[in-house]
Amino acid sequence: MSVTNGEAPLRSEHDIVLARQLVRKLTQELGFSLVDQTKMVTAASELARNALIYGRGGTMIWEKTADSERRGLKLLFADEGPGIPDLNLAMTDGWTSGHGLGMGLTGAKRLVNDFNIDTKVGGGTRVTIVRWK
Amino acid sequence: MGEFLLVTIQVDMHDQLALRLQDDLSTAIQKNASKGVLVDISTLEMVDSFIGRMVSDISGISKILGADTVLVGMQPAVAITLVELGLSLPGVATALNVERGMALLRQKIDADGADVGH
Ligand SMILES: Nc1ncnc2c1ncn2[C@@H]1O[C@H](COP(=O)(O)OP(=O)(O)O)[C@@H](O)[C@H]1O
Ligand SMILES: [Mg+2]
Repeated sequence: MSVTNGEAPLRSEHDIVLARQLVRKLTQELGFSLVDQTKMVTAASELARNALIYGRGGTMIWEKTADSERRGLKLLFADEGPGIPDLNLAMTDGWTSGHGLGMGLTGAKRLVNDFNIDTKVGGGTRVTIVRWK
Repeated sequence: MGEFLLVTIQVDMHDQLALRLQDDLSTAIQKNASKGVLVDISTLEMVDSFIGRMVSDISGISKILGADTVLVGMQPAVAITLVELGLSLPGVATALNVERGMALLRQKIDADGADVGH
């Protein structure tokens, strides 16, 4: 039986590289097409980097999931950082509080099927994404 | 390669490496008075907004130093994903491979030369 869930730390640049490789492997195991693999890996890269840079490090929790007719991959990016004070602003194409392009959150949302953010000022940020096969 | 510089972006480049690359490239453009830069991303299996910014920074720096940039070798799955991510990489020309990238650079340089002559 293959492993269906687990977690990976997001504490360094190298962890982001490892997280990307893990997501690539999981999507391959699930039989995603090359384009779908690439979309999920790219979304994961954006969210992992956010957790590292803005959230001061965090964890990626993954789960192979299924509903009645399809299988998919669910990823949770959790950090204990400062949270996002204005989520509408953060979810605007091109807006960044740092030195980015401001396309990470909105872009990741476009690349997956389900996207959810739970954030609280002073209470960290949790972003959940799902992509179905 | 002669007047052109070839930069290969490796699979998993960190922030620090990206900054080093920009430094080294600026130095090389000046030292060789290069008129064109080819950025080869054929080994990249994904391009996120971090790499996207790096590519447009390279293109911007090169422009200031008098060199045109062409991005070469983007894999189709990466191109499709990049569009959906929302990155348009303004001002960055692309070509299928290094050979075509060089042809494109020559055209650009000839066109620039023609402008100066008038
Ligand atoms: N995990 C997080 N914790 C705190 N703030 C965040 C987090 N993720 C994103 N943000 C905020 O949302 C903004 C937009 O994020 P994003 O779309 O990824 O663009 P960028 O990373 O280029 O700034 C960030 O600049 C930051 O202010
Ligand atoms: Mg980001």
